[in-house]
Amino acid sequence: MPDQTKPATDRPVKHPPDLPGCTKKLGPPIVEIESVVKKFGDFTAVDGVSLDIFEGEFLCLLGGSGCGKTTLLRMMAGFEQPTSGRLLIDGKDMAGVPPYERPVNMMFQSYALFPHMTVEQNIAFGLRQDGMPRAARAKRVAEMLALVELERFALRKPHQLSGGQRQRVALARALAKHPRVLLLDEPLSALDKKLRERTQLDLVNIQERTGITFVVVTHDQEEAMTMADRVAIMDQGWIVQIDAPQAMYEYPNTRFVAEFFGDVNMFEGVLEEDEPDHVRIRSDELPVPIFVGHGISGREGATVWAALRPEKLTLSSEPPNQPHNWAEGVVKDIVYLGSTSTYIVELTSGKRVRSTIANHARDVEWTITWEDRVFVSWTARSPVVVTS
Amino acid sequence: MNAPAPVSLRHRVNQARLRLQASGQRLVIAVPFGWLLLFFLLPFALVLKISFAEFRIGIPPFTDLVTFTDQAYLRVTLAFSNYLRMVEDRQYLVAYLNSLRIAGGSTLIALLIGYPMAYAIARAPKGPRAVLLFLVVLPFWTSFLIRVYAWVGLLKGNGLINAALLSLGIIDQPLLIAGSDWGVHIGIVYSYLPFMILPLYATLEKLDPSLLEAAHDLGCRPWKAFLTVTLPLSMPGVIAGCMLVFIPAVGEFVIPELLGGADTFMIGRVLWNEFFLNRDWPVASAVAVVMLVLLVAPIMLFQHLQSREAPAKTEARP
Repeated sequence: MPDQTKPATDRPVKHPPDLPGCTKKLGPPIVEIESVVKKFGDFTAVDGVSLDIFEGEFLCLLGGSGCGKTTLLRMMAGFEQPTSGRLLIDGKDMAGVPPYERPVNMMFQSYALFPHMTVEQNIAFGLRQDGMPRAARAKRVAEMLALVELERFALRKPHQLSGGQRQRVALARALAKHPRVLLLDEPLSALDKKLRERTQLDLVNIQERTGITFVVVTHDQEEAMTMADRVAIMDQGWIVQIDAPQAMYEYPNTRFVAEFFGDVNMFEGVLEEDEPDHVRIRSDELPVPIFVGHGISGREGATVWAALRPEKLTLSSEPPNQPHNWAEGVVKDIVYLGSTSTYIVELTSGKRVRSTIANHARDVEWTITWEDRVFVSWTARSPVVVTS
Repeated sequence: MNAPAPVSLRHRVNQARLRLQASGQRLVIAVPFGWLLLFFLLPFALVLKISFAEFRIGIPPFTDLVTFTDQAYLRVTLAFSNYLRMVEDRQYLVAYLNSLRIAGGSTLIALLIGYPMAYAIARAPKGPRAVLLFLVVLPFWTSFLIRVYAWVGLLKGNGLINAALLSLGIIDQPLLIAGSDWGVHIGIVYSYLPFMILPLYATLEKLDPSLLEAAHDLGCRPWKAFLTVTLPLSMPGVIAGCMLVFIPAVGEFVIPELLGGADTFMIGRVLWNEFFLNRDWPVASAVAVVMLVLLVAPIMLFQHLQSREAPAKTEARP
């Protein structure tokens, strides 16, 4: 249990971040990563990452392939050693500490279940290594089987299970030792979409019930958004932004984040006017300026980008009665997705934008259809301006 | 009524294609079957036949099993005396036991040497791995006989190894290696090591390295992870390698002849003696048949047990 009364080290006390819209209270930092670099020959996989992970947190490391997210996870597990920098778990420097002596456990992307052992033996494997007495071991295994709802399959071998069941065995095995931190490497990538969505919620529930800190590596932004308390987006060995999913979506700090984390329409323009309460951007892609209802700290005349989420664009057949924030175009495509429809509109400048409209009613009138001339508009509170 | 739907035509074409495929599959299987029939089963039948014949002086040096009497009756004579001799004369039993002991010991040594080698090759980076595998099979490019003969030169009383050890002062009398069971062990291990390494390599190379990582992650020290994960999962390779070494080693003739001593009396020598010295083909055939049965019976039993376990593995999914 964390001891709040006495500081463990003389280093500055780090406070966990506030999580908007979340009742969860995070504890002190449990994993501290300080300017960690990992090189494989000439290739730098992780390039100076600093990151604190707090007790009880559900953190997602999100990024494309080769961004360094798995390498970072493997360094926490102890399978890779940092080229430089420090990695602390529970305040203890992990340099030279082998995986079998770390208070963390990992769930592998391939699950890595021992094929010659039954489900029960797989789950008991870690406990056996700790020399846990037989009775206690059996009790813990039964608990874990109940947690992942696999009681009936205790005596099966891994190859007699379905993909989803195997995934749950892997989770139970990694949780059995009650690690301080559970590392999950793409835990859902081998499941089909339906099962994946259900398992996302299962993972969140299990994390909340056990209180164990989860660090999940994923390339799927929806997955990260569904599960994580905080998301760290990585690119080329860097953490580009770390934030709660909502903040990440509404306030991306770079073009990369805006484009990676959800769909976005990006307009390149020149900063014409930067006042404390508003910003005006002139874009060659739009007939009128973009008006943003908040100030940014930019130099006038600088190139900036206005990011607009598709659901924040509205379509109309009549020209909107506003001097800015609209454009004219032709509907080129309509993607019907059940709950929403996405209209792809080609503006007069040739740029294509996406507008997502919720399908509120079943008998919705198709007022706007293919090749229709439409007007795209948005409010001053919708765009986010990024400078890089 | 309507004309037959085009579906039925397509159905018939499909049926024909499936039939063709099935016959193609049968043809493919027929090739190895034919080979085994022609070059294994047929010669074995001949040997089996001779083993039930009786010795006589002449060409061929055994009696016919099937003869016609004067009354044109068909007479089949089966002589079990050859097999009785196997039981009565202790020299056969001693030779069999010797063969099993030497082959078993050599197999164990080959396993102990071959396993680390196969493991190292399987873990080596891609480039060196190909070179190492090539080196393993490289000895096959020279004659087996020459290689075994070279060992005589190395191991004999005034051979290279003894000379080196003597000059270094490690020993003051030459070791008697060639001309003892140890010479035979060295010869067999050396000659059959590739047959141990290659199947071991094949299973170890397929082993998912993340299984070992998982074991380490769950608190297992490397040595224990080897015993609980790597070793059990490489058992198919261990069994295949051991069989590939043990079976030919039991009937080995050249190696004990060149590297063994007067008291290294293996079943291969017995066979040779019966065939070429005594020219007693029926007894020699009986020796061969008994050896085959002794070797094949445990393998069949093992396979039977394996296949009994297999259906349990593929029981229905939920």
